Amino acid sequence: MPLLNTILVGFKEVWTHKFRSVLTMLGIILGVASLVGMAAIIKGMENGMKEAMIAMGGADKVLLEQQEVPVDQEHLADQAPGRTMLDVQALKQAAPMLRVVSPEMAVNNVLLTRADKTCMPSECVGVWSAVVEMNLHTLEHGRFFTELDEEHANPVCVIGTAIRDELFGSPEQVGQEIVPIGEVIQINSQPFTIVGMFARYEGEREKKERELAKTKPAEEVAGPSRQRGWGRRGNWAFQRKNLTIYMPLNTAWVRFRAAGDKDGIPDPRLSDIDLKVGDMSELEPALQQARNVLMLTHRGIEDFGFRTQENQLESINTQIRNARMSGGVIAAISLLVGGIGIMNIMLASINERIREIGICKAVGATGLAVFIQVLIESVVIAMLGAAMGVMASYGFVRVLELVSPTANAPVITTGALLIAVAFSIGVGVVAGLFPAFKAARLHPIQALRYE
Amino acid sequence: MALVELRNVSKIYQLGGEEIRALDDVSLDIDSGEFISIIGPSGSGKSTLMHILGCLDSPSKGTIQLDGVMIQNASARELAAMRNRKIGFVFQFFNLLPKLNVTQNVELPMIYSGINGKERRKRALAALEAVDLVNRAKHRPSQLSGGQQQRVAIARALVNDPRIIFADEPTGNLDSHTGDAILSLFRRLSQEGRTIVLVTHDPEIAAVTPRRIEIRDGKIATKVDLTLAGLAGRQTAANLSQPSPSA
Repeated sequence: MPLLNTILVGFKEVWTHKFRSVLTMLGIILGVASLVGMAAIIKGMENGMKEAMIAMGGADKVLLEQQEVPVDQEHLADQAPGRTMLDVQALKQAAPMLRVVSPEMAVNNVLLTRADKTCMPSECVGVWSAVVEMNLHTLEHGRFFTELDEEHANPVCVIGTAIRDELFGSPEQVGQEIVPIGEVIQINSQPFTIVGMFARYEGEREKKERELAKTKPAEEVAGPSRQRGWGRRGNWAFQRKNLTIYMPLNTAWVRFRAAGDKDGIPDPRLSDIDLKVGDMSELEPALQQARNVLMLTHRGIEDFGFRTQENQLESINTQIRNARMSGGVIAAISLLVGGIGIMNIMLASINERIREIGICKAVGATGLAVFIQVLIESVVIAMLGAAMGVMASYGFVRVLELVSPTANAPVITTGALLIAVAFSIGVGVVAGLFPAFKAARLHPIQALRYE
Repeated sequence: MALVELRNVSKIYQLGGEEIRALDDVSLDIDSGEFISIIGPSGSGKSTLMHILGCLDSPSKGTIQLDGVMIQNASARELAAMRNRKIGFVFQFFNLLPKLNVTQNVELPMIYSGINGKERRKRALAALEAVDLVNRAKHRPSQLSGGQQQRVAIARALVNDPRIIFADEPTGNLDSHTGDAILSLFRRLSQEGRTIVLVTHDPEIAAVTPRRIEIRDGKIATKVDLTLAGLAGRQTAANLSQPSPSA
């Protein structure tokens, strides 16, 4: 019996019992929708995590950390030079496998003031312009530091939007975006001119929250204006990045460090050296190269180490894998339940059609033809269910978005759709096997005589 | 060689430890082109005989040769192929598929023999023409009268050009007038050269066939029933397996 014909007959059979078929399919529809929805939510979570990771400088950022010297060098510990500009220059010249080297000199205990407003930045750092590429910053207003700023140790700074919000007022509060280029603020009582401001960094989630707040009128709050809650709002990675203030490296040195940091002794050590490798696949040799250079500049004292984002990436991946596993198992169980529904209805259906099967056998249908017919019917139900499930999952995801509009948007992936459809077809086949076997084994005479 | 050769065929059922011989050592030849009736009261084994002849069932003992093929040990698949290509069935309850229309019902056997759609339709229409039902081709079986349904069943039996047609009480569910029409249709088919086996309990119906076989208690009765004898006028000398009533 030609396959196409069999499939057509299968469709016809499903069509004859529309209501019953749809009820049967419901199991598969829900199963597919929950599997796809689950995968979409997890994908959204993954996107959120990756976003935060990029906010911290991306997966290819390597920190050059200060470390205790190894045990066999303990007697040299007091001669350990720490990370200095010498290292940076040496790395730039002698480690060609590094793409970006970004030195940072932090100024600690900083208080920013402007008129009667104050703000504690998350970090106040003297940097080279390499930091923009290193920490994946986007300069939206003004300019970054020039070589002249660096050379003259100019009192200029580039700020994140959160600092603007604190010192000048956020767009939400004042109703318009303030771009404070050219304004002067005090960093620990020293006047600095703002020359640039970064873009507002936020996750998809915060963005949605903000946009949602725009459409809703602000609630009237009695009493003086105030912020609610202490904790940071939104994702800490973005919040921290927005609270950044940068100045030229030399400015940090001349104005805050050279005069003596600890005990009045100038401290030329850098607070951070960040590296980016040209090619992530050559991370190992590149770090080895950097290590060789640094061993020279540190006179053989190994007071440094490297920290990569691999662990971070790995932990994100494990989390996602675990979430996928548990979600997948639950969805698979619901699909299995759908399969049981199909088997049930197929058994009932062949029981109703025993006589028909007998007629078909009398006119020459082989057991195999009957087997395939029943199996195809079961698969047709499963496939229709899967197709409706795919449609339903789009609706399901829309509902999820409406229910929690600020969560990371669930993303429907083709992979999840394919897996769901393939799995439900598999379930259809498995559910059809037993009824098909039963139908194929019917004896023609008994089937014909069946009342 | 005869079209059908039954040799010492028995069919034994086990029913609760008791052995029931539905057919007991039956031998029978049917030649190509014969119009033959199998007659016997209910429970006599005539249906069992028809099922075995029609490849719906296998005998417990004995050999059957149908159109040159030995089928007593054939597999279910081979039997299905035999039913499909060499045998046509007409049943008492018509046994049409209610979800298919007349043409589709007639096409059914050809679907299982893998004939393509165009050829199927052509042959189905030809078969419907043979039973004079072309104008009902698109109707559902439930929209037809009993006689018409039986004619559709006959068209379905004819459509694969079988070597032999089995009709199991074909008029049992019809009024006598319609039944006569069906019987005359069978007679016409017989005149066209078809081999037809009519299974019935009714001697009057059996009377239309030139040759009659009576089954009693699973055996071919050697003595002809008296009622049959009175109607046996058209018997031919070719029927050697049955003694002439005048002898």
